[in-house]
Amino acid sequence: MTAVRVVLPAHLKNLAQVHGEVVVSVSGPLTQRVVLDAVEERFPMLCGTIRDRRTGRRRPFVRFYACERDLSNEPPDAPLPDGVAAAITVGTEPFLVVGAMAGG
Amino acid sequence: MTQVRVLAGTRKGAFVLTSDANREKWEVSGPHFAGWEVYHLKGSPADPNRLYASQNSGWFGQLIQRSDDGGKTWQPAGNDFSYVGDPGTHLWYDDTPRPWEFKRIWHMEPSPDDPDTVYAGGEDAALFKSTDGGQTWRELTGLRLQNSRTDWQPGAGGLCLHTIILQGSRMFAAISAAGAFRSDDGGETWRPVNRGLRSGGIPDPDAEVGHCVHHVEAHPSRPDTLFMQKHWDVMRSDDGGLSWYEVSGNLPTDFGFPIAVHAHEAETVYVVPITSDSLHYPPEGRLRVYRSRTGGNEWEPLTNGLPQQDCYVNVYRDAMATDTLEECGVYFGTTGGQVYASADSGDSWMPIVRDLPAVLSVEVQVIR
Repeated sequence: MTAVRVVLPAHLKNLAQVHGEVVVSVSGPLTQRVVLDAVEERFPMLCGTIRDRRTGRRRPFVRFYACERDLSNEPPDAPLPDGVAAAITVGTEPFLVVGAMAGG
Repeated sequence: MTQVRVLAGTRKGAFVLTSDANREKWEVSGPHFAGWEVYHLKGSPADPNRLYASQNSGWFGQLIQRSDDGGKTWQPAGNDFSYVGDPGTHLWYDDTPRPWEFKRIWHMEPSPDDPDTVYAGGEDAALFKSTDGGQTWRELTGLRLQNSRTDWQPGAGGLCLHTIILQGSRMFAAISAAGAFRSDDGGETWRPVNRGLRSGGIPDPDAEVGHCVHHVEAHPSRPDTLFMQKHWDVMRSDDGGLSWYEVSGNLPTDFGFPIAVHAHEAETVYVVPITSDSLHYPPEGRLRVYRSRTGGNEWEPLTNGLPQQDCYVNVYRDAMATDTLEECGVYFGTTGGQVYASADSGDSWMPIVRDLPAVLSVEVQVIR
């Protein structure tokens, strides 16, 4: 099992009633889906807030970052890039769920 | 001691305002769900401490929140609003077919008998029901699948199901811009009930569907009598929606959004006239509630305590309510963030809170 640090946007932290980062345990190769499934399993109230419930796709104004890279449009089942996966696996970098800058 | 609780949904959260029966001094709690749009929150008539709230965000989608202590604390409930089967298409603004797509819940309607049973009206138009306190939702497909559906077309606010009236096995729902619908079997099957409505903005002014209904209300003692604020026109039905006739009478404009009925006088009705469909503020910058004590046609302006100059707010469709105290209270919220209350059936008004975010909905409970 790998302990993955995940940073949620403020509104979702409030919803999940957590402060700071959360840590979820995952197994197997690190992918977006594996990480987000683990987040939703631990915090079921977040189901539908990050990914569309019906299609499973990322909501339009939610982004995924790690290691200063934008992973938002990477295939959800593709293994995270080597350097990113390594940094997340050893815990030096978190997986960031970000509310996109939008509006005026 | 009797308590009055006003539930205000706003663009940036929910607020709970409480007072004693005098309705003079109010305590404000909130924002609950700060930063989220709360289209509607409403209490269960069967258990006033059970509240349901529709919480939405353009970033994070739809949530339902539930309180079991009158709004002091909240717990997320279920938010899986799935259309049953292939959702099909409705007309888009350019007359092309558009797949049904869930966007938000506009209205929550708790059952009068069971705190765990609640209905939710969605955009794109659909009616959902929960019997487990909002944890799971089931679409009542009979409404969305009835024959006129392919002709439904969204109004400027979206193809939203915004009105739900529960009368035992009989139910009414209203959709912008499709019209009013009635079920006689607890929501399993539905039919349009729009005869008598005339809408100048559609090709066939008295078509079976296509009318931009803004809100419908009924007095509990007169289930066959319905009052409707349409896009233009204030309408009335005395036969359970089977036919409608206009009761706009001497209103300065018959455009508006909310309509409310006095708690004890089934022929006393309230509207807030708005200048026009392109000027969403009161005529002459004077905020006036109009009251009819004759079931329509004859209306009197109510101005005492309301701003009578330089007022350019709007009042949304779900932002007006009445309480059930002996001297009926009337409440409404504005896009300017004020919630006004009258403890004397509308004769005089006072703002019970002034500077909230734009108010989307107002409901009121009397806890005895």
